Amino acid sequence: MDRLIELLPKLWLSAWETVYMVGIAMIVGGILGLVLGLALYLTRPGNLLENKAVFTVLNVIVNTFRPIPFIILLAAVQPLARVVIGTGIGNNAAIFGLVVGSFFAISRIVEQNLLTVRPGVIEAARSVGASPLRIIFTVLIPEALGPLILGYTFIFIAVTDMSAVAGLIGGGGLGNFAIQYGYRLFEPAVTWAAVILIIVLVQFVQFIGNSLARTVLRR
Amino acid sequence: MPLIALSNVTKAYPPRSKGAPPTVAVDDVSLEIEEGDVHAIIGYSGAGKSTLVRLINALERPTGGRVTVAGRDLVGLDERALRQVRRGIGMIFQQFNLFESKTVWGNVEFPLKVAGIPRAEHQKRISDLLHFVGLVDQAHAYVDQLSGGQKQRVGIARALATSPQILLADEATSALDPETTRDVLGLLRRVNTEFGVTVVVITHEMDVVRSIANRVSVMEGGRIVEQGEVFDVFSAPRTEAARRFVAGVVPTVPDADTLATLRSRHPGRIVSFSFADGGTDQSAIFLELNRRGVGFELIHGGIEDIRGRTFGTITLALTGDDASIDEALDRLTAVATIVKAA
Repeated sequence: MDRLIELLPKLWLSAWETVYMVGIAMIVGGILGLVLGLALYLTRPGNLLENKAVFTVLNVIVNTFRPIPFIILLAAVQPLARVVIGTGIGNNAAIFGLVVGSFFAISRIVEQNLLTVRPGVIEAARSVGASPLRIIFTVLIPEALGPLILGYTFIFIAVTDMSAVAGLIGGGGLGNFAIQYGYRLFEPAVTWAAVILIIVLVQFVQFIGNSLARTVLRR
Repeated sequence: MPLIALSNVTKAYPPRSKGAPPTVAVDDVSLEIEEGDVHAIIGYSGAGKSTLVRLINALERPTGGRVTVAGRDLVGLDERALRQVRRGIGMIFQQFNLFESKTVWGNVEFPLKVAGIPRAEHQKRISDLLHFVGLVDQAHAYVDQLSGGQKQRVGIARALATSPQILLADEATSALDPETTRDVLGLLRRVNTEFGVTVVVITHEMDVVRSIANRVSVMEGGRIVEQGEVFDVFSAPRTEAARRFVAGVVPTVPDADTLATLRSRHPGRIVSFSFADGGTDQSAIFLELNRRGVGFELIHGGIEDIRGRTFGTITLALTGDDASIDEALDRLTAVATIVKAA
């Protein structure tokens, strides 16, 4: 317990690092995933910008990258991180890995949630002469907004989970804190302090996500 | 010139698997719809009528033939030009297809925004439309709070927002109960008579055709097999498909099963008389039978009225001596179509 009090400043810093890594990864990965998810949905046969070739290629890419276990992906994209953001270690390199990892998962979630919009609703928008761009932003996304919010909430928690292995490439965060100062030094209290903070963070985000979705869905 | 003209239009979808023949949804259809008509297209599901109606507002593109709307040839127009055309054609759907993320107001406003109508004009236009469909009080409700009939009214208001010349109704009442169906059909009739909108109604229910259409096309297997004034098709269907639809709503010559039941209950000769619109005075039939001393009992049939014109088939059981009956029937062939039951 004394050990934990000693480590408190580090614990707060680690919590902040988790929020920072997951937050940036969610913003960047979220936007990229939205774009890729929209592309998957729109090019799907029978949909607004039907294009079988593009759809097939995108589908194969997503299916290739999505099942890679994150701890391996993080190591595998390290050279790419060096090229893109100039470093292969630390929090920013971990963010790069998180973006790559979440990007494909988000695109799939986005695609699946957009598929819940009844095709007839899109047809109705087409029948009044709306352009594809207008349909996407004023019909498709608003109609799927509730499930999309829940989908992003789900992904936020998955990315928080993924961020726990950031220590592999020298990143920080609560996961790294729990392993380095709790697990390796035989201090269960320290490990559990990190666990509790993660639970609080996840509960908080889930609560926000649920209430936003409820507002949007009006129930 | 007809407002809508389809000539030799075909719509085929590529085969699902290689080597299979393509699916032909619409097969060499020619159809002309005049301005001000309420034109019904009736057929069973899979007859191609939903595809046909989507060729009119270019939601589907034909694989052959020519589609002309208000003098404009749609084939060859690019997507941007087609969007412009669609703004002049409203459409309502069986499943309503309203935007659940928007209020009633928002649904009706959507086409106005798409058409780029200045915001200042929205207020008046939307409130006029909501008055017309009787949903002023629900303006700010979300559509999941409405009943089926109210949803279709929103659909109609949305379809009429940009004052289109044409309204396409794709099975618009098929998801509604009989009473709501009557309300919605009444509204569609008013759209036609008060605003002069040409209405194309897709349906599988002959009742719908009878209550609002003046012309009808019967579709089967991607083709239009019969076409004409509703009265003519009802009173004298020429094809088997049309006869089947008419028989569903209008009592006609009894079929074999009905005949067997009738025969078991009624002695004497069973004869059906069909007549249409002033061609026969019913009383002429009864007078003639009376005069010959032939007894008769009305056992089947009925009289129909379509927009003030009547037609019908009545089936009588005749009793009396054979010679008198034959003589009476001979005379009556002049005034009605007679079918003698075997």
